[in-house]
Amino acid sequence: MMKNIYKLLNIGLMFSCVITFAQQTPAPKQTQAITITGATAHIGNGKVIENSIIIVENGKITTCADAKVAKMTPKGRQIDASGKHVYPGIIAPNSTLGLQEIGAVRATNDTREIGSMNPHIRSAIAYNAESKVVESMRPNGVLIGQVTPRGGRISGTSSIVQFDAWNWEDAAIKTNDAIHMNWPNSFTRGRWWLGEDPGLKPNKEYAKQVDAIHTFVAESKAHLNGNNNKRNLPAEAMKGLFDGSQKLFVHVNGEKGIIDAISFAKDNNLNMVVVGGYEAYKVADMLKASNIPVLSQRVHKTPNSDDDDYDLPYKMAKLLVDKGILVGLENSGQMERANARNLPFQAGTLVAHGMNKEEALKLITFNTAKILGIDERLGTLEVGKDATLFISEGDALDMRTNILTHAFIEGREISLESHQTKLWKRYSNKYKTGD
Amino acid sequence: MFRKYLILTMLLCSLMTFSQEHFPKNDGVKTTNNIYTALTNAKIYITPTQIIDKGTLLIKNGKVVNVSSSVSIPKDAVIIDLAGKYIYPSFIDIYSGFGIEKPKRAQGGGRSPQYDASRQGFYWNDHIMPENNAIDKFKYNDKSATDLRKAGFGVVNTHIQDGIARGSGALIALNGKGNNSNRIVNDRSAQYFSLSKSVASRQSYPGSIMGSMALLRQVKYDADWYANGNANVMDRSLEAYIANKNMIHIIDAGDKVNALRVDKVGDEIGTQYVILGGGDEYEWVGDIKATNAKFIIPLNFPKAYDVENPFLASSLELESLREWNQKPFNPKVLADNGVTFALTMHDLKTSKDFKANLMKAIKHGLDKTKALEALTTVPAQILGKSNVIGSLKTGSWANFLIASGDIFDKETTLYENWVQGKKHIIENMSVKDIRGDYDLSLGGKTYNLSISGSPSKPKAEVKGDNQKLGAKLSYKDDWMNLTLTTPDTTKQEFTRLASHITSVGNISGKVVLPNGTESSFYAKKTSDAKSSDKKNKDASTETPKMLPLTYPNGAYGFTQQPRQQTILLQNATVWTNEKEGILQNTDVLIKNGKISKIGKNLSTSGATVINATGKHVTSGIIDEHSHIAASSINEGGQNSSAEVTIEDVIDAEDVDIYRNLGGGVTSIQILHGSANPIGGRSAIIKLKWGASPKDMVYANAPKFIKFALGENVKQSNWQSFGRFPQTRMGVEQLYTDYFSRAKEYDALKKSGKPYRKDTELDVLAEILNKERFISCHSYVQSEINMLMKVAERFNFNINTFTHILEGYKVADKMKKHGVGGSTFSDWWAYKYEVNDAIPYNAAIMHNQGVVTAINSDDGEMSRRLNQEAAKSVKYGGVSEEDAWKFVTLNPAKLLHIDDRVGSLKTGKDADVVLWTDHPLSIYAKAEKTIIDGIIYFDLGRDKQMRETIKREKSELMTMMMQEKNKGIKTQPIKKKEKEHLHCNSL
Repeated sequence: MMKNIYKLLNIGLMFSCVITFAQQTPAPKQTQAITITGATAHIGNGKVIENSIIIVENGKITTCADAKVAKMTPKGRQIDASGKHVYPGIIAPNSTLGLQEIGAVRATNDTREIGSMNPHIRSAIAYNAESKVVESMRPNGVLIGQVTPRGGRISGTSSIVQFDAWNWEDAAIKTNDAIHMNWPNSFTRGRWWLGEDPGLKPNKEYAKQVDAIHTFVAESKAHLNGNNNKRNLPAEAMKGLFDGSQKLFVHVNGEKGIIDAISFAKDNNLNMVVVGGYEAYKVADMLKASNIPVLSQRVHKTPNSDDDDYDLPYKMAKLLVDKGILVGLENSGQMERANARNLPFQAGTLVAHGMNKEEALKLITFNTAKILGIDERLGTLEVGKDATLFISEGDALDMRTNILTHAFIEGREISLESHQTKLWKRYSNKYKTGD
Repeated sequence: MFRKYLILTMLLCSLMTFSQEHFPKNDGVKTTNNIYTALTNAKIYITPTQIIDKGTLLIKNGKVVNVSSSVSIPKDAVIIDLAGKYIYPSFIDIYSGFGIEKPKRAQGGGRSPQYDASRQGFYWNDHIMPENNAIDKFKYNDKSATDLRKAGFGVVNTHIQDGIARGSGALIALNGKGNNSNRIVNDRSAQYFSLSKSVASRQSYPGSIMGSMALLRQVKYDADWYANGNANVMDRSLEAYIANKNMIHIIDAGDKVNALRVDKVGDEIGTQYVILGGGDEYEWVGDIKATNAKFIIPLNFPKAYDVENPFLASSLELESLREWNQKPFNPKVLADNGVTFALTMHDLKTSKDFKANLMKAIKHGLDKTKALEALTTVPAQILGKSNVIGSLKTGSWANFLIASGDIFDKETTLYENWVQGKKHIIENMSVKDIRGDYDLSLGGKTYNLSISGSPSKPKAEVKGDNQKLGAKLSYKDDWMNLTLTTPDTTKQEFTRLASHITSVGNISGKVVLPNGTESSFYAKKTSDAKSSDKKNKDASTETPKMLPLTYPNGAYGFTQQPRQQTILLQNATVWTNEKEGILQNTDVLIKNGKISKIGKNLSTSGATVINATGKHVTSGIIDEHSHIAASSINEGGQNSSAEVTIEDVIDAEDVDIYRNLGGGVTSIQILHGSANPIGGRSAIIKLKWGASPKDMVYANAPKFIKFALGENVKQSNWQSFGRFPQTRMGVEQLYTDYFSRAKEYDALKKSGKPYRKDTELDVLAEILNKERFISCHSYVQSEINMLMKVAERFNFNINTFTHILEGYKVADKMKKHGVGGSTFSDWWAYKYEVNDAIPYNAAIMHNQGVVTAINSDDGEMSRRLNQEAAKSVKYGGVSEEDAWKFVTLNPAKLLHIDDRVGSLKTGKDADVVLWTDHPLSIYAKAEKTIIDGIIYFDLGRDKQMRETIKREKSELMTMMMQEKNKGIKTQPIKKKEKEHLHCNSL
């Protein structure tokens, strides 16, 4: 075993020698067709093809079929993936990847702007395509992200990027896809510095804060409807919401907040997504009836209340899926950027607590693509979609077997190296040579 | 006008001058009041248990001269006939801030915390102020005294409620007719302590409960050293501490957990504290009783929550709901268990709540005699003043209450509160009861007048022509004034009635009609007042029921402590962590808390047999680096805090213990945080959910201390620039300094010469003597290397580097030094010093022969450490068997408990987990978690508990709704917030 590791290491080292110290160089455009044979293909929509043949041409999947049924002739470069598994690229929605490099270093922080109503604040332009944290996603199969600003009542406008690019323009899959709103909390913290009890108590300002949202939306609408020559950047940034080209991602956890947000979205005819949704399971019927999807909060979390089931975060998504709601997984919270690479294992944890394996995969691929409105291009291994996929030695939802051999973004074979793999090899080599 | 004031002042002065015989008299002739007062025919409680049905209390000069059923009354006695009335000794509150202004909060301060003391010539820590004497700050407050007397109190022990050592208290009689020359019963009555810092100083140490506890110990050691004449400086705090040594020590613990903590400190420094509790002692009454301490118990019972809004109500937790039901039983439970306690007004917003809550306690089963003792004889005895207060024995101060009946009856009126022989009227005893229904004849019409309420404060209701009139009644000094208002809202007219009440019965007097005409009125009594029967019925039919306690007393607590069992796990895949490796289709027998046998086809009679076919059995997960189950984590007030220990602050009721069990964790090391280069000592515990803190700690636990390096100890990531060290260079020197001092200290100690006992240096000397191990928070290679070199210079070894994210860069040096590494699986990018953290770290260290563990440092990750271990298979290709050891055997080795836990081996502790699947699989769940042969977590039982919690919460909320519907005041909902503590949690 040890010997094998070193063999592997040597091969790795030969590759990595070529690469300079900085970030991985983005892969060039696909020029030659690629055929992946023999793998178990997890389509991302719940289906599995055990012995598959997948052909990728010009960045798109042109074939994805059962090799036993459809006798296809391989094209171009052939990858024998027998015994291995192929998955669509995992999508990390509601993420600050690329907006901050090091949590404690303020100079690296581009996640939140000051002010309250900031729909005009756009994440795309601050996305650092050369982030070392971003490149560390790829060896786990996380290839796409929705880069989202934080803070304020309306945090700003997110954009969807792929994780192998020279710059933010190249990275963009869909710019300005959605506007993100933090719904007022039903509870508020005491101002301890004024001698108040620092605990949480009902938020007396709640109605006022909700009203401020209604007012802002109404005023933005009015501004856009009129022939107003005066510029109003925040109001103008709301346009996509009203014409249906953008979605409204409402970050809300409480039962009452969700109900209020739904009625707000209905009143204004907005295309809404619930983000977080700790108590969404309590209003599942209403969400279903209103056809509102949920980006369910991180699975690896402890319950909010002592009384909650110990496994509530582990099964929360299932409670929603069982009700027929469209559910994806999001990972915001503490150390959200570095931990986003654990999205597949969060999906795996759902399986431990009752969800079907392929269903769990949907929550980080196809469902998320649908929620983000990129499902025409991404989220499954279906013909016509982007060849953004990866090959794993084994089950990608289990960390023991999530070992990638290949990953592609739009047919480009991307490097699976990172700052971290390079250090690993460098020091393994140091000990091997006995320095 | 001026003359009036003068006369008033003189009058007051003359009142005050009594008994000051050595004072000159400048405003008249000197009179001496030397007569007796005899209170006769009363039911007299000389003590709560010594009661005379019809007796006489004879007093003179403020003291009891005689009390019995046959007192011969001297001729020079004023006799007061109290037939049908009751006399009680007045109450004593020994935890009071009466007459002492609250200290002002220290203002200002820069961004940096203040590390040094503000004072000179006193102790090095501002929060130690034994030199303070309440009497110096005392100013008699007439208004509070009136309130206190109304509540039945005659004497209070007041003190300055600020700081950790608060100095002496003063025993004050609430004599409204004397002056401080009489009132001060004892000017230095007891010494007061707490665990909270002074608000008047910004000195940052101590910043935690464990720091306060350490400080209480250290002051004692310093005082002993000082008392022996070893100091060459003047320390007025220590002087006072020593001078106050023989006083009673009263400490504010504030809850059951802290009560046990302070009692432990007391045991260590030879002090039996009297403990101010928090009202939750019933939860742990056995341990509370075992302290042998006397308690002072507040009567602050939570109001029901307003649960009308279901959205808000859903955030209430079972624990808070249950408290509302259970807390009123606290005094009863304490009394039933033989805990000696006094009651206090402390913690109550107003003195008015006192009687109501006292009644509530009695309604909830507190015996009336015990209640009276808790207010009289017990506090007197605690202060050692039983001879003068707390009873009406001859020679005592004449501090007593006159009441219309049983003082603990709701309907009873407290008439008078005598303090030091001086009468204070609360309610006029001779007030004529005008309550009743009358026919009121007035201006040719007849109205229905109904007078209700209390005899001295009656209320009136007047009806005429089927209309209700506005009626305002005032009744004072036998004069009744009644103002009637017409119901017409457009034009309000007033009719005024006045009557001098001479006898009980009919009422007549003068009336002034709205037009100014004066005439007379007459009210004929038609019936007596209806007593508040209805309310009484209400009260008597409801006997409150205490919901059962659980262990711990909140969600997922056990109704009964789970028991040790003989358990046979059959036909499992068994991960031994021993040379046998992973065994298929194997049985594990657990007996007497130990692993009794591992093999095929085992059988034993009386065992609980669990079919584990298709499942996996492993030893329990051990988390080398945890911060759950502790009330505080960092003592960051100084750059070294070796004197503190997490064992002092274990929080046995943290629900994360249960959740960790749900993740297969059985043992953890609760480490001090990383606020300072030399942190505090660890607690190594087993997660015995429901047990008390002391029962969770490993017997003969190996001794550990937390050290820390890097950004946290340099205070790089927040605004603090005043504390050494601010660089890694300084960190090295700090260690060199401390270890050098510890070495000298240890040598002096061993020499037998006198030395100043210093816990901090004692602990560091243990490290030098290889009796204590270091687990050091560390990130970058330079500092890791540095600490190993410092240790080598002082001839010891670092035991564990925890976090150790750049361990892979110096793994060879670590191996050579013999230190282990306990790391995260894949955390990085959260601060600058983890820029080079890689998930392959564990694999590289392990490959280099370093004993490697994966830890959590986080209450969330800790409950799925099996997944974190499995990441080492992905990152670096560690074998599954070795990866599993990263969270079991290897941390056991690092903690030096591998002789007891960490593997499945005959004779080892039965800390065992049954997994639904391969334990490293993402799809595995812990099905049963067993510690010492006791099943602490079980998926099936968990499911039942969820149902129970739901049911009980709904029951309690219904009860609260009923309470609200009865018109009883409720409190708004509060939401509890759970915060996971980490290394840098303050």
